[in-house]
Amino acid sequence: MNNSSNGNPLTRVRGAYSSASDSVRDRWSDAPGWARWLVYLILIVVALVLPADGIGNVMSPFTDWPTLLFFPIGGYILLAIGLNVVVGQAGLLDLGYVAFFAIGGYTMAVFGVKFGWSFWEILFVGVILSALSGIILGAPTLRLRGDYLAIVTLGFGEIVRITANNTDYIGGPNGIGGIPHPPTLTEWTIPDNGFFDALGFGGVQPFKYGALDGKPYYYLMLAVIILAIIFVKRLENSRVGRAWASIREDEDAAELMGVPTFKFKLAAFAIGAAIGGATGVVYASQAVSIIPTNFPFILSATILAAVVLGGSGNLPGVIFGAFLVAWIPERIRGLAEYRILVFGGVLVLLMAFRPEGLLPSRRRKAELAEGTGGMGTMGAEIGGPVTVVAGEVNE
Amino acid sequence: MSNLFNQFWPYTIDGLSLGAIYALMALGYTMVYGVLRLINFAHSEIFMIGTFAVLGTLHLFGMPTNVSGFALVGLLIVLALVGGAASGGSAVILEYVAYRPLRRHGASRLAALISAIGASLFLQQLFARLVVPAAFDLPKEKGALPVQGHFVQKSNVIHIGSFELSNDRLIVIVGAVLMMLLLDVFVERTKLGRGIRATAQDPETAVLMGVNIDRIVTATFAIGGAMAGVAAALYMLRFEETRYDVGFLLGIKAFTAAVLGGIGNLRGALVGGVLLGLFEMYGSAIFGSEWQNVVAFSVLVLVLMFRPTGILGESLQQARA
Amino acid sequence: MKLTGAVALSTMLALGASACGGDSDSGGGGDTVTIGFMGDLTGENSGIVIPPKQAAQLAIDEYNATKPKVKITLKTYDSQGKGEQAVPLAKQAITKDKIAGLIGPAFSGESAQVDPVLEEGKVPSISASATNAALATHGWKYWHRLIANDNVQGAGIGGFIATQLKAKKVFIIHDSSEYGKPFAETVKATVTKAGATTSTDAIDVQGSDYSSTVNKVKAFAPDAIFFGGYYAQAGKLIKQLREGGVKARFLSGDGSLDKGLAAGAGGTTADGSIIGCPCLIDPSGTAGAASKKFADAYKAKFGADTAIYSAEGYDAATAFIAAVKAGNTTPEKINTYLSTIDIAGVSKQIKFSPAGEPTATDVYVYQVKGDQLPLLGNSKNATVK
Repeated sequence: MNNSSNGNPLTRVRGAYSSASDSVRDRWSDAPGWARWLVYLILIVVALVLPADGIGNVMSPFTDWPTLLFFPIGGYILLAIGLNVVVGQAGLLDLGYVAFFAIGGYTMAVFGVKFGWSFWEILFVGVILSALSGIILGAPTLRLRGDYLAIVTLGFGEIVRITANNTDYIGGPNGIGGIPHPPTLTEWTIPDNGFFDALGFGGVQPFKYGALDGKPYYYLMLAVIILAIIFVKRLENSRVGRAWASIREDEDAAELMGVPTFKFKLAAFAIGAAIGGATGVVYASQAVSIIPTNFPFILSATILAAVVLGGSGNLPGVIFGAFLVAWIPERIRGLAEYRILVFGGVLVLLMAFRPEGLLPSRRRKAELAEGTGGMGTMGAEIGGPVTVVAGEVNE
Repeated sequence: MSNLFNQFWPYTIDGLSLGAIYALMALGYTMVYGVLRLINFAHSEIFMIGTFAVLGTLHLFGMPTNVSGFALVGLLIVLALVGGAASGGSAVILEYVAYRPLRRHGASRLAALISAIGASLFLQQLFARLVVPAAFDLPKEKGALPVQGHFVQKSNVIHIGSFELSNDRLIVIVGAVLMMLLLDVFVERTKLGRGIRATAQDPETAVLMGVNIDRIVTATFAIGGAMAGVAAALYMLRFEETRYDVGFLLGIKAFTAAVLGGIGNLRGALVGGVLLGLFEMYGSAIFGSEWQNVVAFSVLVLVLMFRPTGILGESLQQARA
Repeated sequence: MKLTGAVALSTMLALGASACGGDSDSGGGGDTVTIGFMGDLTGENSGIVIPPKQAAQLAIDEYNATKPKVKITLKTYDSQGKGEQAVPLAKQAITKDKIAGLIGPAFSGESAQVDPVLEEGKVPSISASATNAALATHGWKYWHRLIANDNVQGAGIGGFIATQLKAKKVFIIHDSSEYGKPFAETVKATVTKAGATTSTDAIDVQGSDYSSTVNKVKAFAPDAIFFGGYYAQAGKLIKQLREGGVKARFLSGDGSLDKGLAAGAGGTTADGSIIGCPCLIDPSGTAGAASKKFADAYKAKFGADTAIYSAEGYDAATAFIAAVKAGNTTPEKINTYLSTIDIAGVSKQIKFSPAGEPTATDVYVYQVKGDQLPLLGNSKNATVK
């Protein structure tokens, strides 16, 4: 699978890693239904227990772990899931994804502060508005070729941010403050007994959204993430997902085979935007105040890096990538000033040695190896050994 | 609007001198894109490196102040050479480290774009955290702050009625035009230039005709980088200050200029640069200076939506998806 | 099977680790009180956050040196000026480190996100530098600041422009930031009320070319120019204005009170410009002997001159120290004490209004001379040569 690279030990490490992840993948696809459900259940339990104090002391000794789990970790994961639909599944390069996050956040702010709506109503509106803006952005631009699309989306993201900064109705550079928290669903408290106390959950009210405790927000974000995962997975295995795969691999061929490529590309944009907007609504309800500088271009680049790092197209990979990108800079606070430096360097190295990401989908890996996935190859490449991988259609 | 009419010439001159810098930087983007179909995100950092090289050279000369007249032109030529060498050299190294391995593996353009973004971030932070504090003897947390190098005696060299043209703006415009002419001659007349054009048109046939692709790619990066280096020297002449992220905004606008003129088209870079500079100036005169960047980005979006081939265009077939 | 077994095992390990982990038993006990300091300590704007931090450290060290029964520790939190980092740090400070009070956050943007957390956690805060006026309007009981807000600063500088400079035409420029824009608008309102005519424009913080703005200024031909924004842009703006032939006097606010202003403008180009600030930087004791004593102690300990907000940082620490000295060691008791405090500080009288604002509302003006910014006087009565 690997072409000649620098030195044999490196090749062997790469090979070992690839075969390990391949065998895990094989086990997974061979496992019977009930075994998969068991794993899902265990993962959910682990996720519920994640904000525990003990884990927090290890994972984040410097700052509040449950809040970190909410944002940036949870937030980035959700954003990455959304961007994965656009970049990983439909193969469209979006460098302005932060615009949808901003639209969701401002929707929560404006409707919550100026119109006094409640969080759940705004969530619904926010998703719709973001999807609409995805369609508005996509309609004129999705005819463009991959790298042009990237730059247009970048421009669009910046236009949204600067316009928000210059528009006084939504607060201009001061943004909007006093955003209401989600209303308390129930006052139910986790019992105060020894077991829960040891974990740090004793006395916690997971459905009461105040300012101090980060755990209720984390569970809210977790619920949205799980919904998003289910939704995206169902799409992936449906006709829509297959259409996206064909568009990604060779759009002209797909068009010839009768796939309405433009409609499906637009759908990908809208769905990705909707997920981004949902993240924004949830984020703003916790943050209380948002300003335009909360939505810079670097965030778009960061989420894209999370998707690519994790393995674009593969949901567990993308989640893992987002987790790493969100958590590591906080964990190494001591070296905090070097973190973007390391980040940039890692991106370059990763693309040189493992462009398919850490946990790629096998189909995607094959596409990238052939140089077809993701806008085709660069021109003027050197005629290296061309490897043909026997087409893997399932994972 | 009245602002614009009353001060038409000042806005126009400002637009031209801004556009001149955009045009020189746009050359780098357009050449690399023509040959590799890659948006070299890190080109903005190539420019930034050039500005710091120029600043360093000024320090070596003992930080002259109030230079003017022929001494200024002479100093500028030296600075342009230094900037061109620094930027051109960095571009070649960048190509070797970040893009060549991907070309060897036949990797996708998405991977190359990600690598470009990573390289851009890496270079920015490298200069902010390590190079600038070390080179200019600053404490580490000040590396991200702007560094000044005031050396020019600004004066108005042309007065026609109320129309004034300052020496620095004049030099910038003339310098940029000169460089574009030189590049034009180079690309049309020399063997290397023909090789670049051939590779941009059809790499496979170029190989068949005996062109060494590796050398061409290296040359493309070197020349595009050198142009950015000259732009850096002119920028330092105009603004006398730089910082680690000076390239970011300029880079996007230069890319916009390249697209506006027709990406892959060298003369298009000049046309696009000049037009963008003028649009920005006129737009900020009419709408207010805080909308200047929105004007630039809107130009980008509109051009890509309605005429992606740009004004002087590449072939339509290549632009549509 | 092996797969699920592996997952089950790791889950149990995780649960085990979390159960064994709880050890949140930290300071704030009998003989030490922890006071936090939050702000941008390593980012681009650390230059205006480190002086108040050092000054606070100085005050606390001076107190601890008197061998009191209850010592104070200063714990710093580096938020890089960003709300997303500041909020989890604040929660950590309240729940794990159990701080009794916080000096900060340093910037208004992060304050808007952090202060509701402090309010719910019932921890008093005193900011030495967050000047956005809107912060006082949320009805927070635990929030205070020891620096006059931007409305007061704007009115003070606007008044100076109208009365002392007697300017009839003022050109207002801002940087479209959350600080610069409302600040510039307050100055504009103040000078308009005093009868001057104004024109406005905004610059882009990331850009370098302000030609468009310079052209507009030239067309307007003002008596004075006010810029609401930070020194990096102010310096460039002065340079380009002077190069364009504009001679009108340039004024700005506390964001420009830094040596970087003169460096950005180059040489002596910025000389004569007036920078206002609700802060007091007075190493020669023009305003009072206490500031000279503080400036000397600061220089002795840190080897550098006092800088912006250092006096206010010192006073914020002094307020907390006074509370602890009076026997208050819990956050609530300290907060109650702060509502009635009335002692002399090195920057102003330490006394708060019911909303948390300082009662002293002096704005000082400084004049650029070379790379120095010596104090000219109080904005109400300083004269300019």
